[in-house]
Amino acid sequence: MIAIRGLTKCYGATVAVDKLSFDVRPGVVTGFLGPNGSGKSTTMRIMLGLDRPDAGLARINGHRYGELRWPLHEVGALLEAKAFHPGRRARTHLTALAASNAIPQRRVDEVLEMVGLAGVAQRRAGGFSLGMAQRLGIAAALLGDPAVLLLDEPVNGLDPQGIRWIRELLKTLAAQGRIVFVSSHLISEMALMAEHLVVIGGGRLLADASVEHIAADANSLEEAFFEMTSGTTEYPDHKAKQR
Amino acid sequence: MTTITRAGHYGFRQVAGMEWIKLRSLRSTWLTLALTFAAAVGIGAAVGANTKGVSNHPDLTNNVLGGIAPGLLLTGALGVLCMTSEYTSGMIRASLAAAPNRPLLLAAKAAMFGAVALTIGEVASFTAFLAGTHTLPGRISAPTLGQPGVLRAVLMGGAAYCLIGLLGLGLGAVIRHSAAALGVLVGGVYVAAQFVAVTAHQVQAFVPVLIVGNSLSTTKQLEGTLSPWAGLGVLSLYAGVALGLGGWLLVRRDA
Repeated sequence: MIAIRGLTKCYGATVAVDKLSFDVRPGVVTGFLGPNGSGKSTTMRIMLGLDRPDAGLARINGHRYGELRWPLHEVGALLEAKAFHPGRRARTHLTALAASNAIPQRRVDEVLEMVGLAGVAQRRAGGFSLGMAQRLGIAAALLGDPAVLLLDEPVNGLDPQGIRWIRELLKTLAAQGRIVFVSSHLISEMALMAEHLVVIGGGRLLADASVEHIAADANSLEEAFFEMTSGTTEYPDHKAKQR
Repeated sequence: MTTITRAGHYGFRQVAGMEWIKLRSLRSTWLTLALTFAAAVGIGAAVGANTKGVSNHPDLTNNVLGGIAPGLLLTGALGVLCMTSEYTSGMIRASLAAAPNRPLLLAAKAAMFGAVALTIGEVASFTAFLAGTHTLPGRISAPTLGQPGVLRAVLMGGAAYCLIGLLGLGLGAVIRHSAAALGVLVGGVYVAAQFVAVTAHQVQAFVPVLIVGNSLSTTKQLEGTLSPWAGLGVLSLYAGVALGLGGWLLVRRDA
C-alpha cells in the first residue's frame, strides 16, 4: 500500500501540496486527478524521493523510497516523457537503467517488445515522437516487473491506439494485484481507466472515492470534477512548473 | 501478486555499471576524447619538429607535453556535460529513481568518468611524449623516460586530464546548467590564468592550468611554482572540493 500522510510542499510562498493524506491500494487502477498545477507531479516526485516534503510523509509498503533495496524491482515510475539523453539509443537507455538494479538484458528486450518499440530499439531516442517517448518511459517503468507503478500523465502524446493500449495494460497489471497509480488531468480518460480516484485541487485533497461514487452525485464524472475543483484552478506563480 | 524477494541491495557495482553504459553510449564522449588525444599528440609532434636548439629550452619534456593544456578544456567540458546533461534531459530523475542513494550515484559517475579520463589521458600523454621526442631534430638529444623526473612528468601530465575532468564533473553537479558550468570551468581554469598572470603573481602557482603546465609536466622546477607533488595535491583538492560540494548539494536539493 502507498500511504500519504499530511504531505506538504512549498515553493517559496506558494503551497504546492497542502496537508495531503490518502492511501493507494493494490488490485485496481487508482486515478490521480486534478487540474494543471494542482500538485500531482509534486506529490509523485515526493513519493519517489526526488523532492523533499516540508512536512508529512510518503511510504511505499511502509518504506521511504530511499530505503528500497532494489528500487526498480519494487516501484516503476514514469515521471515525464523524454527523461532520457537524446543521443542514446532507446535500448541502451534501458540497458543502463537495468544495470543499476541487476536486471538482465533479456528483460530489456522483453519490455521493448511489450511497449512496441522493439523495431526502433536501436534508434537514438532523441528522434522519438512524444508517443514513442512515452512508450520508452513505460518500458523503463516495467523493467523490474515492479509491484507498484506510478505514472504521471502516461497518455500524453499517445494516439488513440496508444491510449487504448495503455488503458488495457494498466488494468491488466492492476488485476495481477499491483498498485497502479496514474495521474491525469483528462477526466474522460480517468473515467475509462480508473476504478478509484484521488482528486486534488490547489494541493488539497478534494475526493478519495470510487469513480462510481464520485459520479453518482452529479450527472457525470466531469460535472462532479468541475463542482469539486471550482475555486482551486487559479494559477499561482509555481516554481515547479518552470523546470 | 507474489513479490520475489531478492538478496542484498543495489550498490556501487550496479550503479557504476549504469554509469559506464551511459558514458560509453554517447558519441560525444568518444569524439571529445579523440580530439583530446589528437591535440596532445599533434601539438607534441609539432613542438618536437620545431625545436631549434637546446640552449633556450632547458625542459624538452615539458615542451613536448605542451599539447596537454588545450586538451584539458575538452576533458573538463566532458566532465561538466556528463553531469549537466542529466539535468538538461530530465534523465537525472530516472537515474535517481533507479539509484536513490545520491552520494553513491555521484561517486559511481565520478569513478567511471575518472577512470576513462585517466586512461585516455595517460595514453595521450605517453603518445605525445613519444611523438614529440621522435620528431626532435637529430642533433638534439631527446629526453628518455629513464631520465630523472621524465616518467613522473609524463604520468602526471596524463593524470591532469582526470583531475580537470573531475573538477568539471563536480562543477556540473554544483551548477547543474551546462552553459553556466562550462563558463565557470573555462573562466576558472583558463581565463583566470591569464588575468592572474598579469595581476597577482603570488597566486599564479595555484591556477589549475598553470599547475599542469608548470608543476606537473615539468622535469625542472621553475621559481614561483609548486613542486610536482604539491601541484598534484592542489589539483586533487580542487576536484575533491567541487565533487564534495556537488554531492552535498545533490543530497539537499530537489531533483
